[in-house]
Amino acid sequence: MSQNLKNAAIAALLTAVLVTPIIGLQLQRQNFELTLIPHWDKVVLASAAVFLIQLLHPYLFRNGRTAIRLPAWPQLQPRQQRIGMLVLLAIGFAWPFFGSRGAVDLATLALIYVVLGLGLNIVVGFAGLLDLGYVGFYAIGGYTYALLYNYFGFGFWESLPVAAAMAALAGFLLGFPVLRLRGDYLAIVTLGFGEIIRLMLNNMTELTGGPDGISGIPKPTVFGIEMTRRASTEGGTTFHELLGLSYQSQHMVIYMYLLALILAVFTWFVSNRLIRMPIGRAWEALREDEIACRSLGLNPTAVKLSAFTLGATFAGLAGSFFAARQGLVNPESFTFIESALILAVVVLGGMGSQLGVVLAAILITVLPEIARGLAEYRMLIFGLVMVLMMIWRPQGLLPATRPQVELPT
Amino acid sequence: MLVLERVHTHYGAVEALQGVSIEVRKGEIVTLIGANGAGKTTLLMTICGSPQASSGRVIFEGEDITHLPTHEIMRRGLAVSPEGRRIFPELTVTENLQMGAFYASRREIEEGLEHVFTLFPRLRERSSQRGGTMSGGEQQMLAIGRSLMSRPRLLLLDEPTLGLAPMIISQIFDIIRTIREEGVTVFLVEQNAHQALQIADRGYVLENGRMVLSDTGPNLLANDGVRRAYLGA
Repeated sequence: MSQNLKNAAIAALLTAVLVTPIIGLQLQRQNFELTLIPHWDKVVLASAAVFLIQLLHPYLFRNGRTAIRLPAWPQLQPRQQRIGMLVLLAIGFAWPFFGSRGAVDLATLALIYVVLGLGLNIVVGFAGLLDLGYVGFYAIGGYTYALLYNYFGFGFWESLPVAAAMAALAGFLLGFPVLRLRGDYLAIVTLGFGEIIRLMLNNMTELTGGPDGISGIPKPTVFGIEMTRRASTEGGTTFHELLGLSYQSQHMVIYMYLLALILAVFTWFVSNRLIRMPIGRAWEALREDEIACRSLGLNPTAVKLSAFTLGATFAGLAGSFFAARQGLVNPESFTFIESALILAVVVLGGMGSQLGVVLAAILITVLPEIARGLAEYRMLIFGLVMVLMMIWRPQGLLPATRPQVELPT
Repeated sequence: MLVLERVHTHYGAVEALQGVSIEVRKGEIVTLIGANGAGKTTLLMTICGSPQASSGRVIFEGEDITHLPTHEIMRRGLAVSPEGRRIFPELTVTENLQMGAFYASRREIEEGLEHVFTLFPRLRERSSQRGGTMSGGEQQMLAIGRSLMSRPRLLLLDEPTLGLAPMIISQIFDIIRTIREEGVTVFLVEQNAHQALQIADRGYVLENGRMVLSDTGPNLLANDGVRRAYLGA
């Protein structure tokens, strides 16, 4: 009991320290003077609340198991996973024809995160390599399209494979020296590489436009037909003229969405195949026991490198799509928080679980939009959700299940 | 088939092997016995190139493999069932075995699986179970089976009977005999000196990183020094 009281007191004290600058002190401007208005009552209230919760904590969470229980999620078998995927897909294709413009645009963003999440899932979920610099490959994909357009007039479709190849090449070259490291060391070095890529893009002003980035990047065409109000070349046809429709900017939004959906489905399909192939099994084996893998004649560096390179390829695809959607790339879009967000998608979804990653990607992009009314508290809620997840469901929303037979013993 | 010439191996400044020479001839079962910390596992790992010998040579089938990286050594016709088994706990039995023949064709893998399942009927029963959920003896069978998947000419076994029940131990030794009859040369590192020497053609005794004795299996079994030190008689 006294131990309990001590814990509660410490928690209350910590709350007071944390809460004071956030809600305890309010800046108010009167004419030309700034005054600080303290709200000690609120701080005291928050501390008291935390004190009570901590004091009652042992009664709420008994024997390490929570008294408050979340409903048990169904353990999804591979067959059910496939059905779940098909349902999601059907909803996905129908969505743009019912949703509002803003909703479709948001869904496009969510799908970019689905591609990124599934790509990083190969590296983190399958191969077990903690990559904190994934955003670097995303940036390379985006900038590849932007630069190819800017200097050589490439369109989206010509740039897409080049962007994927450039990101893969970057993954290969960076992975080569880095993948000798393990665990935390790998995480730190990849984090560094991600930042280096961003800083390079920021500082090579003559080539990349520095902090301003590159703007005016065109949207993708429909098999060479532009989706604009007027054709950019003399005598060219545009999409709405060809189909005899009146021009609506909504069409472009829907088109971008469908492209993103196809990209996401492609990524899901490829990574789903990969994990069933021998190389996929090698990733899993390497994640479990590197020494055993070497004793079986596998070259760990080559196996890791393949996962790293493939993961980077998908980031490159997502990056060039992102550049096309925004019409603008600058280093601001590729900061570390982006890497953290993608990693959060993978961890929240359940490492190695593709359906889980898809759900988490949608949640992580849609929830902040829904919570827009709470403005400043968004990140706070985000953090809270993360903490609660780790307490109640550390294995992720839909943990990966491996096909297996349980024998009665 | 396998020759070690005055091999020295260091862990940092510690010299774990101090000039060890052994020879394993084709078709033999050769055993290496010694107390804890004598350097048995180090010797085996030195053959596999992890750690590499700091001086001396390791020759397999006439080729100097001393300075090759581990993954290349392991693709030259020798396989190891490492200390502590090191199976993949999350993979199924079949997947574990498939990992043992990663570079083989699909047909070779099928044949290998059939071969291992014939040797260890127990593994066939458990083929879709996760490796980590099996008993120690089954895991050891899996580790040996996995190393046989690459159809090695020389099999290195590191303490295959450690921590197993007596009945399982005699099963494992029976399997080792069968493997030899199929034409695979076996180099066996064991603490269970009595049974190891019974099935071995020849044996080596390692003490503090030095080879102190080498003779045929029966002679070592009868040797007074060996009996006192390792057989408890």
